[in-house]
Amino acid sequence: MSRETLHIVIGGEAGQGLVTVGQILAKGLVRSGFSIVVTQSYQSRIRGGHNTYSIRAGKEDLAAPQESIDLLIALDAQTVSIHKSEMSSEALVVVDSNWNLKGKGFLAVPFQDLVAPRYANIFALGVAGSLLGLSEGIVEKAQEEFFGPNDSAMNEANRKALKAAYQWTVEQTIHFPGLESPSQKPPRLMLNGNEAIALGALSAGVKFLSFYPMTPATSIALFLAAQAEKMGLIVEQAEDEISAVNMALGASFAGAPSMVSTSGGGFALMVEGVSLAGMTETPLVIVVAQRPGPATGLPTRTEQGDLEFILHAGHGEFPRAVFTPGSVVECFDLIRRAFELAESVQTPIFLLTDQFLADSYRAVRPFDLADLSTVYPLQNSPDPAASYRRYALTENGLSPRLLPGRTENLVIADSDEHTEDGHLTEDLVVRKQMVEKRLAKMKILIDQVIPPEYSGDPQADLLLVTWGSGKGSVLEAAEKLRLGGKRVGVLHFSQVWPLVPEQFLPLLEEAKEVVCVEGNAFGQLARLIRRETGFHITRKILRYDGLPITPEYILRGIS
Amino acid sequence: MVTLDDYGTFETAWCPGCGNVSILQALKDALVGLGLKPHQVLLVSGIGQAAKTPHYLRANVFNGLHGRALPVATGAKLANPDLTVIAESGDGCNYGEGGNHFLAAIRRNINLTLLVHNNQIYGLTKGQASPTTPEGQITKAQPQGVPSSPFNPLAVAVAMQAGFVARGFSGMGTHLTRLIQEAVSHQGFSIVDILQPCVSFNKVNTYAWYKKRCYELPDGYDPFLWERAMGTAMEWGERIPLGVIYRNTRPPFEDHFPILKTGPLVGGNVDQDKFQQIVQGFA
Repeated sequence: MSRETLHIVIGGEAGQGLVTVGQILAKGLVRSGFSIVVTQSYQSRIRGGHNTYSIRAGKEDLAAPQESIDLLIALDAQTVSIHKSEMSSEALVVVDSNWNLKGKGFLAVPFQDLVAPRYANIFALGVAGSLLGLSEGIVEKAQEEFFGPNDSAMNEANRKALKAAYQWTVEQTIHFPGLESPSQKPPRLMLNGNEAIALGALSAGVKFLSFYPMTPATSIALFLAAQAEKMGLIVEQAEDEISAVNMALGASFAGAPSMVSTSGGGFALMVEGVSLAGMTETPLVIVVAQRPGPATGLPTRTEQGDLEFILHAGHGEFPRAVFTPGSVVECFDLIRRAFELAESVQTPIFLLTDQFLADSYRAVRPFDLADLSTVYPLQNSPDPAASYRRYALTENGLSPRLLPGRTENLVIADSDEHTEDGHLTEDLVVRKQMVEKRLAKMKILIDQVIPPEYSGDPQADLLLVTWGSGKGSVLEAAEKLRLGGKRVGVLHFSQVWPLVPEQFLPLLEEAKEVVCVEGNAFGQLARLIRRETGFHITRKILRYDGLPITPEYILRGIS
Repeated sequence: MVTLDDYGTFETAWCPGCGNVSILQALKDALVGLGLKPHQVLLVSGIGQAAKTPHYLRANVFNGLHGRALPVATGAKLANPDLTVIAESGDGCNYGEGGNHFLAAIRRNINLTLLVHNNQIYGLTKGQASPTTPEGQITKAQPQGVPSSPFNPLAVAVAMQAGFVARGFSGMGTHLTRLIQEAVSHQGFSIVDILQPCVSFNKVNTYAWYKKRCYELPDGYDPFLWERAMGTAMEWGERIPLGVIYRNTRPPFEDHFPILKTGPLVGGNVDQDKFQQIVQGFA
């Protein structure tokens, strides 16, 4: 007997090396041809507490996390008591034999007799690898790469611990149905949402990122900082988020495709800069990785509570677009789209993710690098005969953009209302023209909107509507409901602004029942849809306890 | 050959007798004297009467938000180090709303110049206390007198070993022009705090008040001596020193970024081989 999918959870205190075990195991699974969905659940502390690294694996494409646990690797005793109610039938819990947990469902490992305490987590990794049927060679290689070549004594000890664990495990009599092996192993990258955003930004040609550290967005900046010199960009840790956004605008004004990355609280400080980008028509890409608020909230957990904030952030009226990727691949594709739009429409463009997606590793098909275009800020050349005017009035609202110091023309940008040549004015006729010019650019954004993706049965009895990272779970819940004979459709918004009602309103009107699935308490997408279309989605499945939406959570909400 | 005509003449929104007028003239004289063409210069300002200055001469301009001139100037300088970047704003903008950016700019020591029009009052919003208004001075917003002690920007800058720290006075145009030229030529962060009267809203620190107190640092004064400079920076009241108070040869921020030696950070170029290598790191 083997299973199609299997959910492994490694649990323990912060500082016990559970992320190490998780990362290496996930890499081993990806290289063995499995699809994975990683959920990282951690407390805001460096030592102690209770953290988990969860990997759902399977041979078919997976896009959703799972609640019930098939294999629990407990690095401390409280992990067992916390998770015992979540175990599936035929689950196995790997425990330390010192804890005296024996009997069916437990695999007691005498760590004390087998391995030095420092290498216990690697021994646990070996036990897990062996139980999952992963080749020892693949896990050993992933482990070596993880630790790097620096400490050969430690690497040797790790290798020995892993080998001993594999040997010990095969000698045990264990009833544990493993994973069905994939028939082939196509090349895959192991990437999480933040890494995909950073890679997508690099491929688009980002040249400047300024940030202030904030979970769960920080790793975007850290990754780009590590590649900055190689790829010719500058990453600067600013003194605060206010500086970060203004610095990015200065860099963008001078010609560097620029971005900022933060979470809700940091973005709150950036809001004046969003308005400034809108007024000065300076391209800017803003990545907000959400976590539960208000205020400091739950710093390391997930939520989709900032949709309305992002939609309205910034005083005054100006065009914007908001992308909400539903997968790691969409993170890559949509950050690229954000750069293209920011540069071509000269306005702030948002990418809104959350902690779950930011930290969720997936097995991703390698990108086709040959087709990746890069952005270039000098695409609108002015009429050489006329004197240059930064805010020249045009039919579509786009003014020719030049970069200061790159030509003899003077480039003048102003946060005050301004004339066509960029100087402040209180001429109210000009004011009206300039508002209309800026807002005319909405049409360019509307023409390029990514329609929400519909999948499933036409004329559904039940239509599940969602946005952002909820996608995988909603699709899987719909699949399960179909097995029960229901006609179910799914509508996923990977762009929530601007909305074009003709693209989705008929689907809402035709469905017998519509349910909105969101990671917040207000039902913010449902409210937005009502505001823009008049269509009132009354039934909602909402999650705001800091955990990601799972298929099981949705099914419980439906029934 | 660059002339004053290249920088143009514009009608201003300032009061007759405002110190801003002579600071604008000194800035233009300084840029002409340095042989800089308008398109080589980027003026970044915040909000306030001083922050309007960039609208009154020909140059590249980013007139941003209150307090944020330095972050914008920093980003622009990093994106294009070939630009001569000058941040120009008032005491409220730079020392109040933008205080954190002022400290960070000194630490970075990025090669740009900060000109602070310091009239010790808020002019645009009509007469509230600024961070440099003396303790006890009565204003409409502080009718019992300003309850906080004033900020000493130059003492802070010297204490933090800023690259170039100077004070000028709008009433001494030639001297100010020279200071601005030295500041712009300095490789690193340079600040010129420029005392000026506000004829409408500051009836205490008038032209005559400054004229009576300001004196030029003597020829023998060595601005490289930090401890003496600390003393000079603390001098205020009956005697106010003008000139280059402190300077050093700290390497500018840009030296930490080798990629800036290859020119501006404009888009359009992604090294596909290097990118491919990075992607393969995830296989």
